[in-house]
Amino acid sequence: MPADHVERLRREGRIVIVGASLAGLRAAETLRAEGFAGELTLIGDEPYEPYDRPPLSKSVLLGKASPLHTELPHRWEVDAKWRLGVAAAGLDLTAGRVRLADGDEVEYDRLLIATGVRARPWPKEEEARLDGVCLLRTREDAADLYRRLRAGPRRVFVIGAGFAGSEVASACREMGIAVTVAERAGAPLVGALGGVIGAVAAGLQTENGVDLRTHVTVTSLEGDPVGRVRAVHLSDESVVEADVVVVSLGSLRNTEWLAGSGLGAGPRGIACDAGCRAFDFRGIVTDDVFVAGDVARSPHALFGYQFLSLEHWGNAVAQAETAAHNMICHGAERRPHLWMPAFWSSMFGVNIKSVGVPPMGEQLMITQGSLAERRFVGVYGHQGRMIAAVSFDNTRWLEFYQRQIERGAPFPVEFPTMDRRPEGLRPVAADFPDPSLPTHGPTVTLSGYSPADQQLVFHPARH
Amino acid sequence: MRLVVDLNKCQGYAQCAFLAPDVFAMHGEESLIYNPRADEEQRERLARAVAACPVQAITADGLDGSVGEPVTGSAGEASDAR
Repeated sequence: MPADHVERLRREGRIVIVGASLAGLRAAETLRAEGFAGELTLIGDEPYEPYDRPPLSKSVLLGKASPLHTELPHRWEVDAKWRLGVAAAGLDLTAGRVRLADGDEVEYDRLLIATGVRARPWPKEEEARLDGVCLLRTREDAADLYRRLRAGPRRVFVIGAGFAGSEVASACREMGIAVTVAERAGAPLVGALGGVIGAVAAGLQTENGVDLRTHVTVTSLEGDPVGRVRAVHLSDESVVEADVVVVSLGSLRNTEWLAGSGLGAGPRGIACDAGCRAFDFRGIVTDDVFVAGDVARSPHALFGYQFLSLEHWGNAVAQAETAAHNMICHGAERRPHLWMPAFWSSMFGVNIKSVGVPPMGEQLMITQGSLAERRFVGVYGHQGRMIAAVSFDNTRWLEFYQRQIERGAPFPVEFPTMDRRPEGLRPVAADFPDPSLPTHGPTVTLSGYSPADQQLVFHPARH
Repeated sequence: MRLVVDLNKCQGYAQCAFLAPDVFAMHGEESLIYNPRADEEQRERLARAVAACPVQAITADGLDGSVGEPVTGSAGEASDAR
């Protein structure tokens, strides 16, 4: 690409960002901060300016923040044309054009796709429409759920014990509301952290009064004659009466609008290189289409070049900044997105944090504290290397473990720790579920080469 | 005033909860709960909390009537962009 082309792009080019949430906003700010002076358009399907989602399942449900006011602060003036409340409906790669749901079209010289994920709805549509059946992803969802919790339901039923479902259960208990949680796996959080840590999370829930049902699935939702949800039927043939049902079955990536566009986009996200440039369906990197945030799927050198899809707040910020930088500079100045995966959650007063990619770990070793005290650091090992660490109320140690992971420190760990208890002396199986079995949304999707992948056949989703 | 806390950075030092208790609160031993839309009368306390955070995890806008600290780049670029 001739140098003057990039200069012209920076001066008077047209950049379109599809997706006006955390990643879209931070990308727009970075473009302006790095001197992009051309035309900038942000397209978002929700009618609101970018807002923050983590508080929706925490501060908002606890009544500490308004669900209508979690808008993100701006770090930089973005001076953009905002097309809010209208979804992108198609992409013409050859013409460099995004088609909108209202029929309008927007031309670009560079495109950033940050369309993220949405909540996976309850698959039976009629049951999903019952009054009292809720999702928790958008601010509308949060406002609705908060209103229902304030109204004092007799019992809340949460389907799925991932992070979001567990956080909802925690908020319910804090408000003194009876809550039942159903989980297909043997414990909460197993998809993200494995069965050993899941058992700790299970203890946390039951001790706080959650009616936790594991190894069960929900078979149907029953409504009353006026269309309000009344009861939940489970695979063990039990029936639980509830007037609010929160469907927390993970997420779906917003890539349908790219069907037929020629981009390498599908249910696992949009594949891109480490510089955030999207691949087309042939696996050839595009020059002018970039991807960031939850919808992106990019290779990570530290994790065996696995393509990682990360539904992590910090990833959205870091990947957006890298994508924006790379969009407006010469090839040699481009940076790779090699962010260390990290996430947090809090439930039942316990702060849970993780760095690295726990689901890649086969073994787990408690290196600080103890599981019984629910105050510990656990380290995950993969082929003799430290691949991830998780902390329960021990966040200040995580940075140390992050450095260890970055330098490929050996596993089992060799260093002595301050307060090692007997259970930490040897590694145990981390106990992740069979990856070929369906689970609700993992926060990390591993989709690079693995022998198991050769067995996978994709069928179109039925819902 | 809008604010956001990068909870990956937050290590539970609780400086913000001491300095602006109406905006930030500790929940359990080390998790932070905050109101992302602080009232106007919290302006000075919020500014102090932002400055006091040992890991610089708090971003707020509207603290001095304009946007917050630039991410990168120079002031010259900022004025071009506005």
